[in-house]
Amino acid sequence: MPGLEDLYREIILDHYRSPRNRGELVSPPAQRVEGFNPLCGDEIVVTLEVTDGTVSDIKIAGTGCSISQSSASLMSAAVKGKPVPEVRDLIRTFKGMMSIHESTLPSANGGSGDADADEISEPEAIDIDSLGELAALQGVVKFPVRIKCATLSWNTLAQGLDQSESLA
Amino acid sequence: MAELNDTGPELDVATLRKDFPLLTREVNGHPIIYLDSASSSQRPFQVLDAMRDYDETTHANVHRGVYGIAEEATRRFEAARVNVGRFIGAPNPAREIIFAKNATEGLNVVAHTWGRANLHEGDAIVLTEMEHHANIVPWQMLATERGLTIRWIPVDDEGHLVLDDLATLLVGAKLVAVTCMSNVLGTLNPVRRIAEAAHAAGAVVVADAAQSVPHLPTDVTALGVDFLAFSAHKMLGPTGIGVLWGRDEILSELPPFLGGGEMILDVRKEGFTPNDIPWRFEAGTPPITEAVGLGAAVDYLRAIGMETIRAHEISLTTYAMTSLNERFGDDIRIFGPPDPADRGGVLSFAYRDLHPHDISQILDQYGVCVRAGHHCAKPLMRRFGVNATARASLALYNDESDVDALADALSEAGAFFG
Ligand SMILES: Cc1ncc(COP(=O)(O)O)c(C=O)c1O
Repeated sequence: MPGLEDLYREIILDHYRSPRNRGELVSPPAQRVEGFNPLCGDEIVVTLEVTDGTVSDIKIAGTGCSISQSSASLMSAAVKGKPVPEVRDLIRTFKGMMSIHESTLPSANGGSGDADADEISEPEAIDIDSLGELAALQGVVKFPVRIKCATLSWNTLAQGLDQSESLA
Repeated sequence: MAELNDTGPELDVATLRKDFPLLTREVNGHPIIYLDSASSSQRPFQVLDAMRDYDETTHANVHRGVYGIAEEATRRFEAARVNVGRFIGAPNPAREIIFAKNATEGLNVVAHTWGRANLHEGDAIVLTEMEHHANIVPWQMLATERGLTIRWIPVDDEGHLVLDDLATLLVGAKLVAVTCMSNVLGTLNPVRRIAEAAHAAGAVVVADAAQSVPHLPTDVTALGVDFLAFSAHKMLGPTGIGVLWGRDEILSELPPFLGGGEMILDVRKEGFTPNDIPWRFEAGTPPITEAVGLGAAVDYLRAIGMETIRAHEISLTTYAMTSLNERFGDDIRIFGPPDPADRGGVLSFAYRDLHPHDISQILDQYGVCVRAGHHCAKPLMRRFGVNATARASLALYNDESDVDALADALSEAGAFFG
């Protein structure tokens, strides 16, 4: 049985207690996207600015558990200042890490319709080292019901990028 | 529903617990502390054995075969119906008990049949802010389809319905849908009073009894409602079966729910003749094993006595509220009525600024199972300005040691998040 230390790494607790990039950017010009976790009712608001193909600024608002809040905080720190294609790669890698359980845990959280995992058909080799601090969230896969918490902000960010591209 | 005598004999929880095989297992190296019976309760041997016995000795399809065991199966199935009906005081149990998949489906049956037959453009229906989504969404769907307006009975800060403006809300209303007991706040609602006012205004009353039937005596006549729905799996029975009770004179007038076998008397190329009640609402092969299990659950509850169960739960709820408040002071906020006599043993709480997910996760490490989330009552969550709560719910097999384990694990959660 996985222990709590697998889930609540020190970095996660740190980002939970002192979240980075909290707040909302003025929208417009910023893209504003809301994400919902229907399981627990948590809501997250991602506002981001894309300038010259780069995520020049990002802020996170809303409420959630330590996993969703720290994942959002870590995400904001990781993507700020990065070119959009790199951010997209990061989203893919992160969600790849979160879908590992699909192939290795036979009794994952069954019927909750894990759309997150669908996008990655073959669990390609995931370069977890490239995730830096985000790798701290790796332990979440051992707690399948919490995966949605960890991926909420990432799905919301992806939606924000789509929005800004459809406007460009 | 709150005026019950709590004079029954004391429950021998230690002995009774031996009937529940699941309660002997361990979780993360700790004995399980199951505090989520409001979601789904555990089943005693008596229920499991009855289902197994039926499957091993009697199973055949019901209402079809002429041969012996088919007749026996039908008899056991219909006996379960009557048994459940008597348990809730149905005046005509053989006709008024409809087996559905769960309470949710029971409520949907009312919306589809009574609702479609009686609600039209511009009609008003009345719900309360504390309803489970199962008693909101079917009405919203119908409201969209038919152009109905929905009015809401508000909830006060203590978790009671605000009934001061009830008469106004009821003017011209055709239907009132109300929960007997909130699955979040534990509040026991004055259903009889609401039903009387509703009837005086010409409205029909639908009661969601998913949380009340498992925990207190139920008498549909005393409640004065027209429909009442509940689920077997919250009252020591199996999943896959629920009950809708309706007044004979209303059910008799209603069109069928789903179409298929069982629900017809005759089918010609030109059309069909619906069956009598209750089968009119039970298209297809019903959950037969589950009905037998539900019947056994009713026997089990009746043997202990609903008054005794209610008395036990009042005393345990009192202990839980007192000890949690004493131990955690301002760090804990228990939602719902402060007086245990006004509520069931459902304790939704906020603890410091910890998220319910995190609370529940840490509690699980200590074998303590509580629910975290919005409990399918989002309008109520919004009313209290929270996204989610942690919820510990008590049942007949819980005792003070379970509450103590909850409090200890909660301390650990507090220490963990610093
Ligand atoms: C008050 C209330 N109504 C309805 C339901 C729905 O029950 P089921 O999911 O068994 O249909 C529940 C169960 O969660 C409930 O607590």
